Amino acid sequence: MIEASDYHGDTLRFGDKIRQLHWGMLFLLFLIAAIGIAMLYSAGNASLTPWAGQQAIRFAVGLAVLLAVGLTDIRFWLHHAYTIYGISLLLLIAVEFAGIVGMGAQRWLDLGYFQIQPSEVVKMTLVLALARYFHGASLEDVVRPAFLLPPLALLALPALLVLRQPDLGTALMLIIGGLSVFFLAGVRIWKFALLIGGVLAAMPLLWMGLHDYQKRRILVFLDPESDPLGSGYHILQSQIALGSGGLIGKGFLQGTQAHLNFLPEKQTDFIFTMLAEEFGIAGGLLLLTLYVLLVLCGFLISLHCRNQFGRLLGMGITVTFALYFFINIAMVTGLIPVVGVPLPLISYGGTALLTLLFAFGLLMSIHVHRDVRLSRRGGVDDL
Amino acid sequence: MYREGDRYRVFSRRAAILAGGKMALVSALIGRLYYLQVLESDRYVTLAEENRINLRLIQPSRGPIVDRNGTPIARNRKNYRVVMVPEQTLDIEETLDRLGAILPIGAAERRRILHEMKRKRGFVPVMVQENLDWEEVSRVEVNTPDLPGVLIDVGQSRHYPLGAAAAHVIGYVAAVTEKELTEDPLLQLPDFRIGKSGIEKIYDLALRGKAGSSQMEVNAVGRVVRELSREEGKPGHQVALTLDSDLQQFASKRFERKSGGCVAMDVHTGEVLLMISTPAFDPNAFVTGLSEESWKNLLSDRRAPLTNKCIAGQYAPGSTYKMMVAAAGLEAGLVSQQKKVFCKGYVELGGDRFHCWKREGHGLVGLHEAIQQSCDVYFYELSRRCGIERMAEMSRRFGLGQSLIPDLAGEQTGLVPDPDWKMATFGAPWQGGETLVTGIGQGYALATPLQLAVMTSRLVNGGYEVFPHLTQELVQPESVADRPPATFKPLGIRQSTLSRIRQAMIAVTSEPKGTAFGARIHDKAMAMGGKTGTSQVMRISDRERKEGVLKNRDRPWQERDHALFVGFAPLSAPKYAISVIVEHGGSGSAAAAPIARDLLLEIQRRQPSKAARKNPVAS
Repeated sequence: MIEASDYHGDTLRFGDKIRQLHWGMLFLLFLIAAIGIAMLYSAGNASLTPWAGQQAIRFAVGLAVLLAVGLTDIRFWLHHAYTIYGISLLLLIAVEFAGIVGMGAQRWLDLGYFQIQPSEVVKMTLVLALARYFHGASLEDVVRPAFLLPPLALLALPALLVLRQPDLGTALMLIIGGLSVFFLAGVRIWKFALLIGGVLAAMPLLWMGLHDYQKRRILVFLDPESDPLGSGYHILQSQIALGSGGLIGKGFLQGTQAHLNFLPEKQTDFIFTMLAEEFGIAGGLLLLTLYVLLVLCGFLISLHCRNQFGRLLGMGITVTFALYFFINIAMVTGLIPVVGVPLPLISYGGTALLTLLFAFGLLMSIHVHRDVRLSRRGGVDDL
Repeated sequence: MYREGDRYRVFSRRAAILAGGKMALVSALIGRLYYLQVLESDRYVTLAEENRINLRLIQPSRGPIVDRNGTPIARNRKNYRVVMVPEQTLDIEETLDRLGAILPIGAAERRRILHEMKRKRGFVPVMVQENLDWEEVSRVEVNTPDLPGVLIDVGQSRHYPLGAAAAHVIGYVAAVTEKELTEDPLLQLPDFRIGKSGIEKIYDLALRGKAGSSQMEVNAVGRVVRELSREEGKPGHQVALTLDSDLQQFASKRFERKSGGCVAMDVHTGEVLLMISTPAFDPNAFVTGLSEESWKNLLSDRRAPLTNKCIAGQYAPGSTYKMMVAAAGLEAGLVSQQKKVFCKGYVELGGDRFHCWKREGHGLVGLHEAIQQSCDVYFYELSRRCGIERMAEMSRRFGLGQSLIPDLAGEQTGLVPDPDWKMATFGAPWQGGETLVTGIGQGYALATPLQLAVMTSRLVNGGYEVFPHLTQELVQPESVADRPPATFKPLGIRQSTLSRIRQAMIAVTSEPKGTAFGARIHDKAMAMGGKTGTSQVMRISDRERKEGVLKNRDRPWQERDHALFVGFAPLSAPKYAISVIVEHGGSGSAAAAPIARDLLLEIQRRQPSKAARKNPVAS
């Protein structure tokens, strides 16, 4: 038996931390971001403006954030988990009242000289808060239904707010990402079965609650060719771009679908299509491999962490990240309906990029402080 | 209880489950990519190309039609148009106002232009006005700095320099109708014109040429980004006719306002030198599109300006048919036995009286006099002895009752009546009297002016089965080949027969009693022989005959007789044959023979057969 108060590794000095950095993960992030900036360069018709240059600057800023977060003691994050979650929730509520409407949804918050998308931020802060909650929970605690009510509230609050924007994709990601933390913490599998059964039963009700454009997206997804010039246009053109890319693609800057504007939203949600059009399945698989390697890093970091908070947080981040790219790629290849989820680290968009790099910073911190043992009570008195 | 180990075991087991789930999802993505980018790639490549590439056809220039001397009869003229590109104009209304000050634009036109601009995308040029002359073009060009988005565009349109003088033979081109659409994509172009009649129609494929194409890369809204490749088409073949355009114009003038037709041809080669049908129409009017009213006028005109009377007009051949009876009689040996016939103005057969055109009768006449003076009674008698079968057979050998020319559509076959035909058509047996009526080219018999010209050619060319043609080369849908030298089969008619008939035809114009003596050619070297014909349109009733037949000019126009003449020249070695019909023109000797004389004279002066047949090849 190891005492909870038996700290190990809290004597890390700055130099030690630098040496502990996960260079492999940093390298992967670099590669993926470089691909993203190259694709944005292509999307801008071989120009750094309007997207590639901006994205490069954001990546530089994001990298600084990542390192700062990574070098900050894990106990700091454990300590402030609820605070951070609370702030992001407040931002999300602010969107409800003062948000900017764009593309049929209210997602943006204008903070003076820049705009942020709180729904992107909350994807990671939710995982942080849930990891914090379950950190102190024993397997016996987790069995009690009453114990599960507070974290369910933590999950439901942002999910409902995001649904109201409306942003189905992000809501789904929040729910699945959040539930994966429940799952990892040891919540009984039959409870998930119950939940899924309940959701299925409520499907007709949910369908009625969907907005028209959401219903249309789902219907068009089921049969894109029913409306080739209307809602099905995006899916169809995206598949044409992918398919015509073939094995090795049409070459950098040579994607006809993208450059002749047949491809919608090529700098954001459909950027993977552009990559696969210009570099073929080879390019698509390369990116997928990099993503999988990054996910593998996350898994290993989480498994090697000696405290439950780090493990849950690491896995939560990893699962959310994996969902991110799965939903995006599945969407542009026509496997699932178009739900408006960007391709992580690649799509143009500051909030998503910074949030992701912040999350990878947390993962870095987990890695650097993997041997730090935290008290079950949440480490409030550890600092 | 605090059991870190248990918690870790649960965590790692469940993490493994999640990892498995992740792998499954990633496998799904890879499978999907494999399906789209490898298995279905070809299909999507095609779709992407279809998205991207817009194939534009380049119209080939239509082959010109020239006459035997290389003079253009149908050619392409540059059509200058003013077009306007809406997106290059700041203020469409203002630019149109300024343009209107240079080129008047009607209110209705202006509405059409604005409407079209609204319907089409901003970069699509909209036609403002076409068929500009040079002065208008230069006025617009000078003012271009003030007219943003206004451009001069050059197209091609068909032009027929001879106008009405060759309208029926050449035909015309006009916009494609729904029925004429074939798989040729050219036909779908909005300003493509297709041959609608005459040479333009029958040789349309050869004249049309092959379309070129230009592959344009376009973006999602259809704007052209660049031209990817260009394949020049092949212009249409030139079609060279055997006609002489000066002769066409001469004949057109000579006919003045008369309704009728004329065919002149080389008796040995079959080259048609002249083919005219009057009144005619202006084919140029059809190219740009005819107004509803002009079209109705053309259709309702009883003089049938749209019909080529030379091939589609069927007339009772009248006395021009008598040569066929003569040939049948001579070949059957019936003429030498029966020396002369006494014409007392009529004969009787089965109680019916058959009148000669000369009421007082010709007296005693032989074959020569009968042709010379066109005695009907002689031919009643000769045809009675010959019988209808022999006459019909001889007529067919000389080209009657069949279509003859491959270069024109709409040719009628005329009619060579015989008992079988009558039984098949009316279900009644042939009557003896009908043989007599047929013997003077009346009754059922019908012939076209072209057939009469061919008949005359065969009579005077030594008895060869000459066929007429209009083109110097053999024109095929894809190419133009040299025409093999004309070799025609002999008809198997005795030279003595042909000689006797020819002598009689010469007598028609050269002897004072001849029916066309008044229309003779005085120059012996160019003198013509021939035969007049007057074909009745209305049957003369017995009552009329008693009360006195009305003079032709006292009857309404459409009831007057048709005037016919067939002729040849020169006398010694006939080279040209001609047939002339003047509808409701009265007698052949007064109305048709003078025209034939003037035309044959002009033909011999011009000697088209000696002129260079082809364009000299540019060195």
